[in-house]
Amino acid sequence: MTEAYIFDAVRTPRGRGRANGSLHEVASARLAATALRELQERNRLDTSKINDVILGCVEAINEQASDIAKAAVFASGFDPQVPGIQVNRFCGSGLEACNFAAALVKAEQAELVIGGGVESMSRVQMFSSGAPWATDPQITFPHRVIPQGVSADLIATKWGYSRQDLDAYAVESQRRAGVAWDQGYFKSVVPVRDINGLVILDCDEHFRPDTTMESLAKLEPSFTLLGEKLGFDAVALHRYPELAGIEHVHHAGNSSGIVDGASAVLIGSAEGGMVQGMKPRARIRSFGTVGSEPTIMLLGPAPAAEAALRRAGMNAKDVDLFECNEAFAAVVLRFMEALDVPHDKINVNGGAIAFGHPLGATGGMLIGTLLDELERRNLAVGLVTMCVGGGMGSVMLIERV
Amino acid sequence: MIDYQMDQQGIATLSWNVADHPMNVLNQASIAAFDAAVRRAIADEKVKGVIITSARPEFVAGGDLDLIRRIRTPAESMDITKTLTATLRTLERSGKPFVAAINGTALGGGLEIGLACHRRLVADSPKIELSLPEVTLGLLPAAGGTQRLPRMIGIKSALPYLTEGRKVAPAKALEAGLVDEVVAADQLLTRARQWLLTEGADQVVKPWDGKNFKFPGGAVQTPGVIQIYAVIAGQILAKTQGLYPAPEAILACIYDGCQVDIDTGLKIEQRQFARLATSTTTKNMIRTLFYSMGDANRLADRPKNVPTRQFRKVGVLGAGMMGAGLAYVGANSGLDVVLVDVSLEAAQKGKTYAEKLLDAQVAKGRLTAEKRAQTLLRIQVTDDYAQLTGCELVIEAVFENREIKAEATRQAEAVLAADTIFASNTSTLPITGLAEMSARPENFVGMHFFSPVDKMPLVEVVRGKRTSDTAVAQAMDLVKQLRKTPILVGDCHAFYANRAFGLFPYEAMILLKEGVNPNLIENAARLAGMPMPALALTDEFSIELLYKVMKQAQADQGKRYREQPQDIVLSAMVETCGRIGRKDGKGFYDYPADGKKRLWPGLAEYFPLAAQQPGLEEVQMRLMFVQSVEAARCVAEGIVSAKNADVGSLLGWGFPAALGGAISQIDSIGATRFVAECDRLTLVCGERFHVPQQLRDMAAKGTRYLE
Repeated sequence: MTEAYIFDAVRTPRGRGRANGSLHEVASARLAATALRELQERNRLDTSKINDVILGCVEAINEQASDIAKAAVFASGFDPQVPGIQVNRFCGSGLEACNFAAALVKAEQAELVIGGGVESMSRVQMFSSGAPWATDPQITFPHRVIPQGVSADLIATKWGYSRQDLDAYAVESQRRAGVAWDQGYFKSVVPVRDINGLVILDCDEHFRPDTTMESLAKLEPSFTLLGEKLGFDAVALHRYPELAGIEHVHHAGNSSGIVDGASAVLIGSAEGGMVQGMKPRARIRSFGTVGSEPTIMLLGPAPAAEAALRRAGMNAKDVDLFECNEAFAAVVLRFMEALDVPHDKINVNGGAIAFGHPLGATGGMLIGTLLDELERRNLAVGLVTMCVGGGMGSVMLIERV
Repeated sequence: MIDYQMDQQGIATLSWNVADHPMNVLNQASIAAFDAAVRRAIADEKVKGVIITSARPEFVAGGDLDLIRRIRTPAESMDITKTLTATLRTLERSGKPFVAAINGTALGGGLEIGLACHRRLVADSPKIELSLPEVTLGLLPAAGGTQRLPRMIGIKSALPYLTEGRKVAPAKALEAGLVDEVVAADQLLTRARQWLLTEGADQVVKPWDGKNFKFPGGAVQTPGVIQIYAVIAGQILAKTQGLYPAPEAILACIYDGCQVDIDTGLKIEQRQFARLATSTTTKNMIRTLFYSMGDANRLADRPKNVPTRQFRKVGVLGAGMMGAGLAYVGANSGLDVVLVDVSLEAAQKGKTYAEKLLDAQVAKGRLTAEKRAQTLLRIQVTDDYAQLTGCELVIEAVFENREIKAEATRQAEAVLAADTIFASNTSTLPITGLAEMSARPENFVGMHFFSPVDKMPLVEVVRGKRTSDTAVAQAMDLVKQLRKTPILVGDCHAFYANRAFGLFPYEAMILLKEGVNPNLIENAARLAGMPMPALALTDEFSIELLYKVMKQAQADQGKRYREQPQDIVLSAMVETCGRIGRKDGKGFYDYPADGKKRLWPGLAEYFPLAAQQPGLEEVQMRLMFVQSVEAARCVAEGIVSAKNADVGSLLGWGFPAALGGAISQIDSIGATRFVAECDRLTLVCGERFHVPQQLRDMAAKGTRYLE
């Protein structure tokens, strides 16, 4: 089988996912096009050689509907004959787009493919495209589907992570995010510009490096109403009857924020890159997806990582740096505990608690962040993993070349 | 079945009159007659409009459960439901106006007939009830109710009527949009005729049959509705534990059916109905809640040779918690009650209980001050047994002690007429033995009420060896007069309900002793459908009570006493830990003044968690099967009938209706599998799971207790 390489990875900064967020004025297709265009410019790509553009996007409705990837190709100035396809695996969409790109290359059915994703959460609201897995009574009742936040609280309860544990993790994420920006570690970020070339946003705008335990202590838990008043704590106990109840410990400050953003990762065979005069930055060792118990829902990262490591003939100790998406603090704490990963090897430049989690785009962003940092520290092996709604986990294992 | 009349102005009146039934019900014959009448009116060119009403006090009381009960396969179900649905669709689209003149209560299919009409008028009487109660029997409205109501009043507004069976009187129904007009009863038909002749012709197309239909309150995939669907599973599953499929099926009808045209929606509704109608859960609910409980309320087991007695005055001996509750319940049912205790103060204290309950009702606006006063006047308190003169029945509710009971019996009988029935409200002592202290043992009967008397609907009427038919019959008459449900049981220690139920808390304690995680024990009971987990429940009626029962048995039996597996838990909790239950704020749970109760962490010290924990299913099986095994023993011993065992378990201790009751649970699982599991549990856990021979024979033959 042909090896798949990452030649480059870029992302937009993440804007607050509200009307006062800087990227609220940018339509999704143009947000994605920013990332695509940057890949072209940095690498002087002949875009006619790109076999496909695969973009993750969760809320595929209205301006993100009907194959946003093809729309982004049109908006990017690429050769308009480049195809595009949108994929959705909820929070794992962006990573999954890159996995699919890698799969095409490895299967020798493509030489150069862009993966990545886009989500303008300020313009297209979460859940606006419908979600039968979370609303169809013939699915939600028998499978005991509960809201993700309650699932996150269930993880914290089951493994005994206190509010202090989660808040301490969140404070550190914010601190690391601040240091990373101060030191200019994020080489993959490209500013979003208006039609005249003026900068709209060139830096993540959701993070708060001055966050403290005290400032977080003021926040009310977010999922008490859903859990206690609307019955989902009781439903969680249907699957976890060994627990007395659910401790509601997650809140806006130790969960991922709602933001806008886009990412793009250029993946290809050695030959596909050579034709364009590009040098690979990393080899994709393995990747994949797993399913996990749907009520607790967010435990996918550990089994996903284990599966990817097994395929690569490695173990967790061989990995130099991890990115595990900070959907909720408990997800990362559980991942660290399950794979015995020290805190100083994971999410070293902050994560979604600080920067926000633009659903479909995040996976591609994490690849860029990881690759930048492996290069800065001159390390070799990195692993990206994400928890995914419905009880899934996505993963990609890379090694610098 | 359907009276058909036609007047000069071209108005046909179709009056429901199912003469061969006590009520207007929808069955194959009446549905066919209705269909024929509807088609005749449509076909007759002279008919300009049609009134659908009833010739009887009720409008239509819903589907005939005899019909639904016989449904064996989904295909049979589809055949049955499609007929009325087709008739209603025909009249709805006939081009002629149909008006429902709802003169009386309209339930289920009755209300659905109304919903299909082009206008609904209801007589102005607060006694009229409009509702779709199918969900309470594990069914759903299958004559268009799940499709028309959401299209009329919006999905959100329709939900409580469909998923909870909310009942409304005419005024509320008008407010909610279930009906269009409330009309004086004597003007109902006049107004119906007037509407047909003036407005009817312009309103023969339902909004959903017209162009540009907009769902009131938004369609399924709009934010307002989809947000409800995103969270509703939590609210319902927290209540039903997923044991009751009807609410889910109703939500599915709306979710799937309201995203398509109404004809497709009606097919979806019928498929969901067929799933429910053929499910074990629904059959259990119909059998016990409707038939078995109906028989009990009808006093089916009452000796037939005794004339029915209407009571006016009863006596209650002992003004403790039970006596006080009995006095209240009696007075509240319009009886004069003489409440006797050793002192006037004690008797008066019992009456305060009634005062408290009545005051609460006045405060909530459910009772007038006048009625409160009238009710209280009916309770006469005294320390003088002579005041019992003139009582037609006396219930003894004194301390659970043979000597004290004997003394109360003697004192009362001294002043009572020779034919007065004497009932003992003992919860454990066999009636035959107590009757030995009576001068008139044939008049002596057991009436076992449950605590709190004002809330608990069940009464075990206990026939002792010498109890006469008259005593049994009159005791049952009184229970009916008190608006409670009697079951006839035979005589033994603790009778039926306490025997079978009692093993539930004991099993929980045994699991605790074995080192099973107490959270798992409690959640297992809750998930199995029990209204309260066993350890929490034990705290409520106090651990000390069970401890005393154990001590009493040890004292009574001396050397013959065989140690029970739960004894060590009772002793540890009461003697070592001093935790006697909720009343003391310390039991299996802690009861912090300012927070939710939680299992006492100290349990882990006395009952350390076992390294190997059983699965949820195993814990549930033990907690639930142990009740059914004891119920099966009671049936085998002739203490209680299978039907009454089911009724008693639902009303006496909240056994889940989804399982049909303590006996129907065995039928639901199948005797063969039940016996096999119990044989396994007998080996692992002990003799308490040993099934009676009768059940073993049933397993061998593959028979069941109840059809």
